[in-house]
Amino acid sequence: MTVKYEAVIGLEVHAQLQTNTKIFCSCSTKFAAEPNTNVCPICLGHPGVLPKLNEKVVEFAIKMGLATNCSIREYSVSARKNYFYPDMPKGYQISQYDKPICENGYLIVHPKNGKEKKIRITRIHIEEDAGKSIHDQGDHTLIDINRSGVPLIEIVTEPDIETAEEAGLYLAKIKQIVQYLEICDGNMEEGSLRCDANISIRPVGEQKLGTRSEIKNMNSFRNVERAINYEIKRQQELLEDGGKVVQETLLWDADANQAHPMRGKEEAHDYRYFPEPDLVPIVVLDEMILEIRKQLPELPEAIKNRFILQFNLPEYDADTLTQSKDVALYFESVAKLVRDPKLASNWVMVEVLRILNEKKCKLLDFSVKPTDLAELIGLIEHNIISGKIAREVFAIMIEDNKKPGQIVREQNLTQITDEGMLKDLISSLIQKFPGEVQQYRDGKDKVFGFFVGQVMKESKGKANPRAVNNLLKDLLK
Amino acid sequence: MKNNQSCLNIVSAFKNKEASPTESVKNYLAEIDAQRELNAFNFVFSEAALHSAEAVERKIEKGTAGKLAGLVVAIKDVLSIEGKPLTCSSKILENFIPLYTATAVQKLIDEDAIIIGKTNCDEFAMGSSNENSAFGSVLNPVDHTRAPGGSSGGSAVAVAASLCDFSIGTDTGGSIRQPAAFCGVYGLKPTYSLVSRFGLTAFASSFDSIGPFGKYIDDVALALEVLAGHDPKDSTSFMSQPADYVNDLSARGEKLVIGIPDEYFSSGLQPEIKTEIEDVVSRLANAGYEIRCIKLPHTDYAIAAYYILTTAEASSNLARYDGVRFGYRGQDSRTVADMYKNTRSEGFGTEVKRRIMLGTYVLSSGYYDAYYKKAQKVRRLIKQDFEKAFGEVDIIITPTSPTTAFKLGEKTTDPLEMYLSDIFTISTNLAGIPGLNIPIGSDNQGLPIGMQLLASHFCESKLLQLGKFIEKNIL
Ligand SMILES: [Zn+2]
Repeated sequence: MTVKYEAVIGLEVHAQLQTNTKIFCSCSTKFAAEPNTNVCPICLGHPGVLPKLNEKVVEFAIKMGLATNCSIREYSVSARKNYFYPDMPKGYQISQYDKPICENGYLIVHPKNGKEKKIRITRIHIEEDAGKSIHDQGDHTLIDINRSGVPLIEIVTEPDIETAEEAGLYLAKIKQIVQYLEICDGNMEEGSLRCDANISIRPVGEQKLGTRSEIKNMNSFRNVERAINYEIKRQQELLEDGGKVVQETLLWDADANQAHPMRGKEEAHDYRYFPEPDLVPIVVLDEMILEIRKQLPELPEAIKNRFILQFNLPEYDADTLTQSKDVALYFESVAKLVRDPKLASNWVMVEVLRILNEKKCKLLDFSVKPTDLAELIGLIEHNIISGKIAREVFAIMIEDNKKPGQIVREQNLTQITDEGMLKDLISSLIQKFPGEVQQYRDGKDKVFGFFVGQVMKESKGKANPRAVNNLLKDLLK
Repeated sequence: MKNNQSCLNIVSAFKNKEASPTESVKNYLAEIDAQRELNAFNFVFSEAALHSAEAVERKIEKGTAGKLAGLVVAIKDVLSIEGKPLTCSSKILENFIPLYTATAVQKLIDEDAIIIGKTNCDEFAMGSSNENSAFGSVLNPVDHTRAPGGSSGGSAVAVAASLCDFSIGTDTGGSIRQPAAFCGVYGLKPTYSLVSRFGLTAFASSFDSIGPFGKYIDDVALALEVLAGHDPKDSTSFMSQPADYVNDLSARGEKLVIGIPDEYFSSGLQPEIKTEIEDVVSRLANAGYEIRCIKLPHTDYAIAAYYILTTAEASSNLARYDGVRFGYRGQDSRTVADMYKNTRSEGFGTEVKRRIMLGTYVLSSGYYDAYYKKAQKVRRLIKQDFEKAFGEVDIIITPTSPTTAFKLGEKTTDPLEMYLSDIFTISTNLAGIPGLNIPIGSDNQGLPIGMQLLASHFCESKLLQLGKFIEKNIL
């Protein structure tokens, strides 16, 4: 008898907040600074220093809470999480425990099976990051305290996730939201967005949860899905072989495509949480929530729906264009300047995103501004150039940083729509290829394409395709 | 020369050129040297103090000198002063030089006080006799075979033995008031949060208070006036403008109602202390003060709650001394865990380790509710006891300590016995209210007897006014 299993997955996502200064001192949060330069007695944990909460952190956490349908606590309490680690200067991390700032939210994701899935968010709390241990410098471990005290929010889900796909979709949604809110850059590779997963499996229909393991160190979207699939399979094989899942913490090894258990000692933590006596409770009044709600930017879901309505875009287009805020804003600027928003959508989705990808370039640094792209699309819409020529012009725009109109003028790329000129060209081709003409007249429709190609070749691609079509049909008869 | 002037008089003598800060510093340095065996100081800043004195003299000349111009002050060695050693009387902080100055100390410096040195204390302010110090015990100047009290023993002795004009201590469970009582000086623990804790090495963050020792009530008022006030660097510090303590002293308010709690005059109290306090109280009654008996019913639970909560906080506060970034590092460690173990085993003294163990235990999973949570409840009840009492009376009078100064070594083998010497002072810290020790006499061995005045939160002016009346008219 074979048992069918289902997976029960909860995610803990840490997002590094993009404040200018750290959570409890005025040190800079700049990434990749010289080691131990963004430090002061407070983030070094010197005797006698006291934390002073950065109010921006509270604001950012509330933004995330509102964007994920959470309720915001009027009183939330900081707590100390006690454990020793060389890159954690105070011997405790200031976090939140039983009274986090945001609670009871949710997000909805759309898996490929077509059923929409609600993933509940248990809590979002604020805390400080630890420093970094650098292990690969000879015999010694070096400590860099720059990251110590960089603000984080931790977003914890209920165990509502059932597949790696759902986990990936949820994570993508979190990334999208933090980027839209401009509270975190969402970069998993650099560690500004981190994800841990709690995974257990149980026979389908069973109510009781199985023993769970926790996987850490999955530093890309791909790794999250791979690691979850790996762990579900591992647990299933274990149970099928009559074994038992042990509660443990595993580290994902992306190179080996495997998860390894952390050493027992390192995970046997009793964090001895208690309320942080150096900080007063965080009080969030209704007026503050109202104010922040007012400042909240339009979120991806809303923009997507608006694009569908306002620009008459297919859902796929609207979804792709709103994956990142930069792209959505770029598209919208272009779409407003052209007659056919769908054409703008095609250009942004296909050409612009391809170039950005190829050049590993950010939209902000992209030389072709929305007005330039709109001008180019305008040239197509006014039959001045064809789509094919437009792609060539686009390439020149990127290379030479010139305006599309100028390029078309300088290189004489304007389409030929003059019927007389085109008729002459076609007549000379009919004389040049009598055999092919006969084939067409004998019913070989494919040969039509041959003539279109020839016209384009002779006209260096400038012949207006629609005019060529009509004339060819007439003259070949 | 032994200076027996009040601080206010000394400052005006300097301003009138009847005396000079440099001369005063030199006298104190000579006195500190002459009484070296008291072991009151961990560090004396001879040169820096003389430099400061000269700078203050120039300011006096220009008429820009501050409220404390030229006063010589000793600071308990748990407060940070930039560029000066900070040890907390612990081996674990040997050779540690802080990068910043505590707000409280900076306020004194800004008013032109001269810092003469850092005083000895119990390690990390944990103790009641100043015997838990890496620098050795401090001697009681009244009787060198006896303890000066703790943990701010050095600061109390510095004032009692005339080694400075006034001194600064810290009080987590009686560490200012009890040594003040043992040494026969005034010692004030202000309301929690009235004085910024920024730069005070934390023992128990929700209890620690910084306060002054002085020979006269005026000295304590003057020091408090400078120390008190909101500090943006300490989120827990009190937001409002503090009172005008020195002026309030001469204000003649309405007659205060005084409460006497039964629970503080129990059988463990040394009979002479009881007699002396009763004497003061009856004279206050004769002077027209209304005396009422009050109840503080949860007093019995105070010691247990105190040792659970303060050790819990301490176990976390002291986690940063791990040998990684500063201070002492244990030798010959092969792993990080070894390094922690060696550093902390070798660097901390017995009492500190005992409290870290206790605090770690009470916060452990499975014990948190039974100990920490319950102790928090007791803390609330004790606070309510005082709130209720201060609904009826303005000031509560109690003994400061159950005994006068005990012999050095007498209690070092029995921590519980030692803990009981704080029995009358710790409730104050649980409630966060202010307390003042007044020296009211001596026992038949000539040892000082202290009486404690307590008031409601931020009612320091009332404490000081009644203290002034007692100093002037009763003693
Ligand atoms: Zn810092």
